[in-house]
Amino acid sequence: MSRSLKKGPYVEEKLLKKVERMNLSGQKRVIKTWSRRSMIAPEFVGHTFAIHNGKNFISVFITENMVGHRLGEFSPTRQFRRHGAATDKTVSLK
Amino acid sequence: MPRVLGIDIPGFKRVEYALRYIHGIGPTSAREVLAKAGIDPAKKANDLVDEEITKLAQILQEEYRIEGDLRREVAQNIRRIMSIGSYRGLRHRRGLPVRGQRTSTNARTRKGPRRTVGAVRGKEARSLAKQASK
Repeated sequence: MSRSLKKGPYVEEKLLKKVERMNLSGQKRVIKTWSRRSMIAPEFVGHTFAIHNGKNFISVFITENMVGHRLGEFSPTRQFRRHGAATDKTVSLK
Repeated sequence: MPRVLGIDIPGFKRVEYALRYIHGIGPTSAREVLAKAGIDPAKKANDLVDEEITKLAQILQEEYRIEGDLRREVAQNIRRIMSIGSYRGLRHRRGLPVRGQRTSTNARTRKGPRRTVGAVRGKEARSLAKQASK
């Protein structure tokens, strides 16, 4: 079920405050965040976020097209290592 | 067979069903269109008079996104989520289900016919398999 419109989009408050402060002072810095659930607000455009994927921070540059999506959509949490391929793990088992 | 908007040729059925052969017109919008045009939904598509057909065509063109336009819009939306590098775009690129369905089994609609991949044993066989896949 989608979120009620009455509530408006969800953005982590601390994150939004941080971005607004940066917009006022006009500085651009990579923002490290764990808040994958935050919606990308129009204020975010032009900033680079380092979004946690459970292990690493993936840096994502926010463009206008991304507004309305969530930060987590741009930081994949799973990695596919092909079937039957030799990995370090299987090699060391032998 | 009557033609509505050039290409669409629904057949011997009641208009409310015949209209659904147009891409983008389902049960709800078919009934809406007929109500707006003041046509009896039970009428056979073959029995439509020319005026009724032009009226239908006009309503369909002005108020609904159908056929080519609709297909183009859908394709554009998919292209957009692919170009911004979102997870959904990634799933489209890979041809896997987009909305979180399981892929361990099923998902055959997206994945297409089964392709069996066995474990490739031994170094030589692996390099052969690698070359074959290139």
